[in-house]
Amino acid sequence: MKKGKLFFAVLYVLWLALFVVVPIALLLFQSLTSESGQLTLNNFVSYFSSGTYLRMTFNSIFYAFLITLITLVISYPTAYLLSQLKNRQFWLLLVILPTWINLLLKTYAFIGLLSRDGTANSFIGLFGISPQQLLFTDSSFVLVSSYIEIPFMILPIFNALNEIDRDLVQASRDLGANSWQTLWRLIIPLSMPGVKSGVQSVFIPSLSLFMITRLIGGNRVITLGTAIEELFLTTQNWHMGSTIGVILIIAMVATMVITRERKKSVLRRGGK
Amino acid sequence: MKKLLSALFAISLVIVGLFAIQRYLVAKENAAAGTSGSGSKVLNIYNWGDYIDPSLLTKFTKETGYRINYETFDSNEDMYAKVKQGGTSYDIVVPSDYMVEKMRREKMLLPINRKKFKGFKYYDKRFLNKSFDPGNKYSIPYFWGTLGIVYNDKFVKRSEVESWDQLWSSKFRDKILLVDSARDDFAFSLISMGKSVNDKRPADVQAAKAKLDALMPNVKAILDDEIVMYMVQEEAPIGITWSGEASEMIAENKHLHYVIPKEGSNIWFDNLAIPKTAKHFKAIYKFLNFMSEPKNAAQNAEYVEYSTPNKGAIKILPKSVTGDQQFYPSNKTLKNLHVYSDLGQKWTQIYNDLFLEFKMTSR
Repeated sequence: MKKGKLFFAVLYVLWLALFVVVPIALLLFQSLTSESGQLTLNNFVSYFSSGTYLRMTFNSIFYAFLITLITLVISYPTAYLLSQLKNRQFWLLLVILPTWINLLLKTYAFIGLLSRDGTANSFIGLFGISPQQLLFTDSSFVLVSSYIEIPFMILPIFNALNEIDRDLVQASRDLGANSWQTLWRLIIPLSMPGVKSGVQSVFIPSLSLFMITRLIGGNRVITLGTAIEELFLTTQNWHMGSTIGVILIIAMVATMVITRERKKSVLRRGGK
Repeated sequence: MKKLLSALFAISLVIVGLFAIQRYLVAKENAAAGTSGSGSKVLNIYNWGDYIDPSLLTKFTKETGYRINYETFDSNEDMYAKVKQGGTSYDIVVPSDYMVEKMRREKMLLPINRKKFKGFKYYDKRFLNKSFDPGNKYSIPYFWGTLGIVYNDKFVKRSEVESWDQLWSSKFRDKILLVDSARDDFAFSLISMGKSVNDKRPADVQAAKAKLDALMPNVKAILDDEIVMYMVQEEAPIGITWSGEASEMIAENKHLHYVIPKEGSNIWFDNLAIPKTAKHFKAIYKFLNFMSEPKNAAQNAEYVEYSTPNKGAIKILPKSVTGDQQFYPSNKTLKNLHVYSDLGQKWTQIYNDLFLEFKMTSR
């Protein structure tokens, strides 16, 4: 039995080492070396002294924040509603269904919807409104990205809501809390872990979106993803590309730390 | 648990089945070509996507018995990286002009043996002996094209886009799609100022960037290959792109036309070359000779719809194709077209950094 456990551990450790530790180490190494292979901090210096990169960083964080906020505002009520429904697994399946479709296909579908003679413009045309420029705008970029990220926000919130003991809700009503108080004092705090992991799984990938910035945003929305794509594919400056990669990893770790579950504080609040 | 196991079993069964079918199909193909699956009768080609008539590959296999492994890439840089890593032994690659220069300099190409390759006599002299490969020691031109302006005659008159400078006109506000390529967007900016497309003077390149910034209010989007779809859908009336993409657009929307502005432009070449990873030399020269045969080159040009440098093929192709000034421009226009040279790592980086900055310019 013990041997079996050890065997599983070996596989896991190997996997971690090969596909997590080594790549990150290589990335870090690339970011800390120059073209000629010397150790240097120059890449980081030029990153933080370049107005272009800093503005791009700001853009990335701003759009990721916006996308997270929008998905959260839509997802929480949706997840709550889903958790109250009778056939909730079925409705949940409908929410998850779009994630089975390739990202590129979904993006192209939006091109059909948003283009000059697309569905959206024909629809407003029915009311006599002339065609609007919908593609290649900030809002279309945020719309499409939010659409793509929404299932990843709904799912963890739904799971958290679903795990709340129904008896607790009944108890709260018995003790005289109205629906609003029950929601605010009981359901929302208890579903916080779901919200946090939803925020993580939306905010982090949104930081480095790149394909949508070009296809839908027409390169009018520039994020760090655009820069990484260019540095690796066009100019082949892997060192600078890795530097941005390392900075993104740091930003992601920061997000994880900020939104991580603080078990102790929850207990303390419970003790009050 | 039982369910999980049977699901796993079913998936494995499907994988094994698909694998068997694939093996069977390959074997059948080989049998049809009269070759055995293993062995050295293969040729590994690494080309751009959809850049050869597939029936020519079948024909080649039928005539010579060599089986072709055909792989595709999206950019010169991808191809360069893969050849440099040397993991796969490609026999023939198709780099563009500046990439031929770069690979040649880095000794990544093998010279073409003139005793084994006899096809140069079919090629138009105007497209040989270019600066990126003097004397065509390492490369054979495959297709060529230009950079220019596509316009939609429903919204724009030809006389409004005959010069690069006209693009800056305020009447084109939010009407232009640009190709997402630092080199090409800087090229027309530099040309419009009377400078060389290979300019390496900081002041000139900065001025070209400033001029591009001034164009930004007119730029609707900066796109890759999607530009074809967007121009066909009439999302914008003007697009700056390569002649190859332009011909695809025109094939799908008759209102679109292509102009090479009168100040001149870039001329580019994609070339057949032999990388240092090559192994199957007999097959390589058979293939190069095969592709240079005017009949085959003409068939290929008809499929790909790019301009061929093969003068034998030009004779065979219908007049409606080769007489089209958009894609086979006159000698007078050709004189004004310039080939890109490899800028080197430092200047490639400068151009691209400035391009990134340009993209961030607000309207």
